[in-house]
Amino acid sequence: MSEQPASYDLENPSEPNFYKAQKGLKSWLFTVDHKRLGVMYLASVILFFFVAGFLAIALRTELLTPAQDFVSASTYNQLFTLHGAIMTFLFIIPATPGALGNFLLPLMLGAKDVAFPRLNLLSFWIYSAAAVMLLCTLVLGGLDTGWTFYTPYSTSTGTAAGLAALGVFVAGFSSILTGLNFVVTVHRMRAPGQTWDRMPLFVWAIYATAVIQILATPVLAITVLLVFIERFLGIGIFDPAMGGDPVLFQHFFWFYSHPAVYIMILPGFGIISEILTVHSRKHVFGYKAIALSSVAIAIISFLVWGHHLFVSGQSELVGVIFSFLTFAVAVPTAIKVFSWVATLYGGSIVYNTPMWYGLMFLWTFTIGGVTGLYLSTISVDVHLHDTYFVVAHFHYVMMGGLVIAFIGGVFHWWPKITGRFYHEASGKLGALLVFIGFNVTFGTQFFLGHQGMPRRYFAYLPEYTTMHQISTVGSYILASGLLIAGFSLAMAFRKSAPKAGSNPWGAVSLEWKTSSPPIEHNFHDTPHVTGSPYDFPEIDKSGRTH
Amino acid sequence: MSDSTHAAHTDGEHNPYVAHHFDNMGQQAGAAKLGMWLFLATELLMFSGLFLAYFICRMWYPDMVLGAHEYLSKTAGGINTCVLLFSSWTMAMAVRSAQVGKPGSKEDAAKIKKYLLLTLLCAGVFLVVKYFEYSAKFEHGMLPGKFYTAHLHGYEIEGLPHIFFGIYFIMTGLHGVHVLVGMGIMIWIYLRASRGEFSHQNYAGVENTGLYWHLVDLVWIFLFPLLYLVK
Amino acid sequence: MILNLLLLGPDPALLGTPPMSESPFSLLPAASTNAQEIDDVYIFITALCVISFVILMGAQIYFMLKYKKPKAGHRKTSPLTHSGKLEFWWSFIPAILLLILFGWGETLYMKMMSPPDDAISIRVTGQKWFWTVEYPDTAGAILTDELIVPVGIPVRLTLTSNDVIHSFFIPVFRLKKDAVPGRYTNMWFEATTPGVYPIFCAEYCGDQHSSMIGKVHVVPREEYQAKLDEAARLVQDEGESMVDFGKRVWDRGGCASCHSLDGTTKTGPSLKGKYGTNETLVDGSTIAIDDNYIRESILEPNAKVVQGFTPQMPSFAGRFDDKAIAGLIEFIKSNK
Ligand code: HEA
Ligand code: HEA
Ligand code: HEC
Ligand code: CUA
Ligand SMILES: [Cu+2]
Repeated sequence: MSEQPASYDLENPSEPNFYKAQKGLKSWLFTVDHKRLGVMYLASVILFFFVAGFLAIALRTELLTPAQDFVSASTYNQLFTLHGAIMTFLFIIPATPGALGNFLLPLMLGAKDVAFPRLNLLSFWIYSAAAVMLLCTLVLGGLDTGWTFYTPYSTSTGTAAGLAALGVFVAGFSSILTGLNFVVTVHRMRAPGQTWDRMPLFVWAIYATAVIQILATPVLAITVLLVFIERFLGIGIFDPAMGGDPVLFQHFFWFYSHPAVYIMILPGFGIISEILTVHSRKHVFGYKAIALSSVAIAIISFLVWGHHLFVSGQSELVGVIFSFLTFAVAVPTAIKVFSWVATLYGGSIVYNTPMWYGLMFLWTFTIGGVTGLYLSTISVDVHLHDTYFVVAHFHYVMMGGLVIAFIGGVFHWWPKITGRFYHEASGKLGALLVFIGFNVTFGTQFFLGHQGMPRRYFAYLPEYTTMHQISTVGSYILASGLLIAGFSLAMAFRKSAPKAGSNPWGAVSLEWKTSSPPIEHNFHDTPHVTGSPYDFPEIDKSGRTH
Repeated sequence: MSDSTHAAHTDGEHNPYVAHHFDNMGQQAGAAKLGMWLFLATELLMFSGLFLAYFICRMWYPDMVLGAHEYLSKTAGGINTCVLLFSSWTMAMAVRSAQVGKPGSKEDAAKIKKYLLLTLLCAGVFLVVKYFEYSAKFEHGMLPGKFYTAHLHGYEIEGLPHIFFGIYFIMTGLHGVHVLVGMGIMIWIYLRASRGEFSHQNYAGVENTGLYWHLVDLVWIFLFPLLYLVK
Repeated sequence: MILNLLLLGPDPALLGTPPMSESPFSLLPAASTNAQEIDDVYIFITALCVISFVILMGAQIYFMLKYKKPKAGHRKTSPLTHSGKLEFWWSFIPAILLLILFGWGETLYMKMMSPPDDAISIRVTGQKWFWTVEYPDTAGAILTDELIVPVGIPVRLTLTSNDVIHSFFIPVFRLKKDAVPGRYTNMWFEATTPGVYPIFCAEYCGDQHSSMIGKVHVVPREEYQAKLDEAARLVQDEGESMVDFGKRVWDRGGCASCHSLDGTTKTGPSLKGKYGTNETLVDGSTIAIDDNYIRESILEPNAKVVQGFTPQMPSFAGRFDDKAIAGLIEFIKSNK
């Protein structure tokens, strides 16, 4: 809750909104306004999601038949590599921090901007440069290493893996700078009264994410730099023919990439905490537990990377230790999931599109999470490693976890970003198709995986045909659902779309205490925070039990 | 930490160097410093990846590393260590001069500039020495990885020295790039100092440059014994 | 399946192994002692997860129905913000369950990792894109993409690779291990059910990663040695033509993983209609493809490297005798 001088009319602000405050292309390209950067990130990540999604549909189409027929072997390898690399490095990692984080973090804190607005612009441009480099590999020989760049394959393949490694290196810097900016912003830019325990959970999530970004990404940077150098100088650290060790690369890579999976999911957790509370008008259950479990996850996530190397020939003892620590990371996640469900208790639940996504998330993410437990059980992972079971697991957590949360978040804050409402009926239809399509696409893959279907295969034994075909059909349903979701959002750009007003959901956190879209400097008067961001007026304070 | 946002508006109501989105100089300087420390942390983590690679190489091939390191010039490395240590002191003096400088005072600005120049000079000396070291290595074919040809120049080093020289060049090379970047920043700070921007009202720029420079120095302090003084 | 008829493609490179299980929803059959135990853990996790999931989703759906916003505006909502007791229990119980899972998985893993002393030892080498399986105890038994193992005797495989990382994966044994260049890794199993089952390469290794598949023949203990000798035998049969014999050698050597017979270029040049033509080498010189050149190509493949290719062909010296090579030459000749 917060106080604002009543004199200022949020619905008809005297100042222009941030879109209108400045004009011209240059005012966008060189903007230091966090909201404009947020919008630019949003447009870019959606673009890359569509590009990578399109590649996924192409590769699913190849998998309709057991034989290789629709694309050639090397094209298929490039399809899944670019699909994975673009989805991870250009979409999912920058998506929530870059787009929603940039737009919302200062608003939620009651600040005028992030701590270093120019650095923010710089990291957007670095991100764009990385995107150009990764996309250039398409024309410069392709990229066929898999998104994991395992050596010695990546150091010996004839394709543009060097450029791609450099692209990932550059993308890493963008991620580091964004994280750094956010940590400083959270520490130094909070409005008066905005104490740590009054911060919205989205801010906590972004904060924990930023900490991981700062601590893990430099190691990735140096790892891919070494791959790059290895390709050109052949120093031999990773090359067994020259006295190096290819498994060393895997340790380096996963030391970053495991924490990176929490870079991907933690912001999603933040979004879900906001959506579920606001649309059920309930104080979030277990604020402290949710906030601190993010921090716990951020710490433990650095100690579990070895669970990707269970069959790589690392020593047994090491494998067992990593298995144990991996189970440890599941506990704070379980706490969150239970708290979200408990949040619904005694609420007044509104079923609109963002809430649909929020509720869907609980289903899909839980499946993704518990299937992670199969993989962390070391003896079972010996069978499931590098099969479609793993593919299904990580799509359930990435697509079913983060992407669904992200789409829900975009719907939830769309009125704030555009000032208008999306189209409700098509939004719900899209959500339904996404839910069905998603579960059909990836649910089947658990069975495939247990049956032994290895990943990264463009041709397979005929016994896997039925499941692959169901999965492919599911991916078409999923794609159509996403198209409809996009349509629903686009409807807000009509002149006749209903205006949203400053606070369409009756929410309490600060981003709803300014006009929609916000004015250039966010708040006319610096807000003063006096209470929890989840203290809804509907909450029954009379002491009756429910 | 949270109290910083409530910091009373003691200074800076009229400070021209406070950006629009900060409430006061205290908040701005605090943010800049925290940001710098975080940045240094990422730098350290990046180098630590290389240090790890170094230690693993040493664990695999202890004798080779011992043999190969004999060919690095301890004198050159030693001189560079002294030069960098001295430059850390001059840098610290530049920061100090900014912190106590009076706004608009020509003398104080000149003092900052003097120390910055000295630091720049040290950085230059460092690079020149490094240049001579590198060219000696090039001549002897002690090059990284597949370019390694020292055996053709009559140097027999046991084992797989190409890995040692690979690591040597990557680590010192990355460090050298940091020195170059540091010099660039110092020139920029020097120009700003000439415009009389720095004083006790506004010294975060000099201070952060100093922090960065100390990090570059620190990394070298680790590189020198690990690469040159293995025994 | 119907879609299969619509989307016509060339017949997949059938391995010829019968499907491992009847229905995609059934549990994969277990053909080794450890496989059975891994399945037990698997079923236990599944039960645990299904129960947790049902409880969790049950609660969610119940709340969703019960606490729907009334038409006439919001109802008053519960002031509940936390509950120490509840939070303790739902951290504690999962933690205990996970600990059980860990303990079980770990003990089984330790067992899976320590081969008994009396195990038969077999060496497996991965290379783009075939497996070479060597039986040190049986002279001449070097097979390609084929593993023959007895029922009821432990077998220990020592894996390595000649180029990039591969991974040796036998689904019916629930086993897989990376074959890493420059290192040796191990795995062991004791087969229980005779049959022919697929082997996959599970670590991405380039273009033909999907075709790097083989078969494991699990044979009854008494038939094992005979079957192995039979597979190791490489002499011309009575009444077998030279070309047919050459074809057998061709299959045994795994030549087809690098050389096509239909004109398509794989790792190596296609050998369709090659005999008697001229080949350009990397140094620009040309050479006639005759018996001598083919013989040299097989025994000393890197002596003359064909233009546009890299020296990746392994030498078959010591593996094939003159008779076998003669058969190969006849076979290549016959391929017009
Ligand atoms: C957003 C990304 C994300 C997230 C959040 C996770 C979360 C988890 N992951 Fe996953 N993972 C990936 C992305 C992610 N993963 C990717 C991309 C790969 C493959 C990369 C590649 O090879 O290409 C991978 C691979 C991977 C492996 C390696 C598999 C292999 O290659 O062999 C393992 C093994 O341990 C693993 C485990 C886990 C675990 C235990 C969690 C846990 O954090 C999950 C915790 C959540 C829950 C457990 C659910 C909620 C809890 C309850 C409802 C409580 C009740 C449950 C019980 C007590 C039973 N993951
Ligand atoms: C953020 C992460 C993310 C997301 C969201 C997705 C989304 C999808 N992915 Fe995945 N995927 C990965 C990350 C991700 N993926 C990674 C890291 C790998 C591993 C790569 C590797 O092995 O190296 C992988 C691998 C992978 C495989 C395994 C390939 C193999 O091993 O051979 C498959 C196969 O089914 C697959 C399918 C899909 C599908 C169908 C979607 C769908 O959810 C996509 C849906 C989106 C769209 C369809 C785009 C938007 C819609 C439109 C533009 C509508 C119009 C378009 C059409 C009608 C075509 N992905
Ligand atoms: C690992 C892949 C691989 C395998 C297995 C392999 N070859 Fe080759 N082969 C090559 C490559 C690559 C070349 C071209 C480069 C060279 O000449 O060494 C080649 C060249 C040849 C040539 C010369 C062809 C020409 O056009 O000049 C012949 C003949 C040949 N191989 C026969 C065989 C036979 C017979 C076998 C099996 C017993 C076999 N190869 C197995 C990779 C392989
Ligand atoms: Cu060999 Cu994949
Ligand atoms: Cu992981």
